[in-house]
Amino acid sequence: MSKYLLDKFLFTIDRDPDLVERYRDDPAGTVAWWEAEQANQILNCIAGEATTWLAFTEEERDALSVQDHVALFQLGAHPFLTLTLWIAMFERDHPEPLGMQRDYAVRLSHFNLPYPDITT
Amino acid sequence: MAELVAILATTHHPFFYTTSKLPPAEAPPFAAEWVRKVEAYRETLTRARPDVLVMVGSDHFHQLWLDNMPQFLVGKAPFYDANYYNEEREFGLPKLLLTGHEELSAHILRAGLDAGFDFAFSNELRVDHSITCPIFTVRPQNDLPVVPIYTNIFAPPLPRPERFVKLGQTLREIIDGWPSDLRVAVIGTGHLSLELGGPRQFGEHGPDPEFDARAVEWIGNGDLDGVLANVTLDSLHSPGNATHGFMDFMLMMGVAGYHKADYADHLDLFHTMEAYFTWYPNGTRGFEDEAGIR
Repeated sequence: MSKYLLDKFLFTIDRDPDLVERYRDDPAGTVAWWEAEQANQILNCIAGEATTWLAFTEEERDALSVQDHVALFQLGAHPFLTLTLWIAMFERDHPEPLGMQRDYAVRLSHFNLPYPDITT
Repeated sequence: MAELVAILATTHHPFFYTTSKLPPAEAPPFAAEWVRKVEAYRETLTRARPDVLVMVGSDHFHQLWLDNMPQFLVGKAPFYDANYYNEEREFGLPKLLLTGHEELSAHILRAGLDAGFDFAFSNELRVDHSITCPIFTVRPQNDLPVVPIYTNIFAPPLPRPERFVKLGQTLREIIDGWPSDLRVAVIGTGHLSLELGGPRQFGEHGPDPEFDARAVEWIGNGDLDGVLANVTLDSLHSPGNATHGFMDFMLMMGVAGYHKADYADHLDLFHTMEAYFTWYPNGTRGFEDEAGIR
């Protein structure tokens, strides 16, 4: 389990408008590029001082590559990060106000308390 | 010594800013009442004539990140830029520049460290909507210096509710002991029941109206014993997966102490309930007279 890395992906994509569009248009390609080039960059350090050990599990990589927010919830990705990025990518596809957010919730309706642990 | 003239505890709703600016024909049916309640709440701060604002909020994974996550952080900078790209994108919030008050920041840091709160600090902090929403609602002219204080209600492991109350009580002592002749207001924002990114989000009401009803009673009555007897880190999952933001209300109850709020109001909205509380620790006598003298 690398919940931290799932969250790091969602966080670093969401804060960059170009990466939001890139992930929307090419999910699998963006995940592959990010894991190879970005996953080990410490955000407050120079490139030569990168981490050496961070990687997705296969399940995590798949969930991000097919943009499966239900699987990400199950894996313990931080729900605020997932929701915020999903609004940025997909709200535009739902003409009615809050339509995307309500559809997002319905797809999670089989989850009962306690929800998957998000502690990193 | 400084005078603590007002304590405000409220929700921060990032959609208020854009909703309040819509022409009536385009505004949702609840907008007029929402604006009216916020304007009435704003007056509770205005009449206290504060000189400086201590503002309690929580970074939403903007500047603070999981590779270096503080539990409690005090800003100490001459200025604070505010709001982020994704807040402009999602909520229509504009960029802002707030002025800081480094002397009060330094006092809170020194006194807090000495009182057992090992605060993190930041000399370059870009604050987000947890700080700017109350600027938009209760001080839209953005003309007062601020000291931002961030709490972690977001990235577990979190401090327990008792710790938030204790921090509020400690902040009260620290502000009361500040050698200054300035008038201080403390403004803190949190949430009642709230779900974000889960199955109960964006319903017709907050995810747990029963919790919300109890919460506004605890806050309005200054019922610290009641809230501490009923709220734990684990119990806060039940009303909604983002309800740990309620601990910032508990912090503000710690600032206010065992006192009924002098002003209490709320508004049931879709998705979450809005709540507005103000305490005047030294009463209101003289607010208008002193204003007249000025």
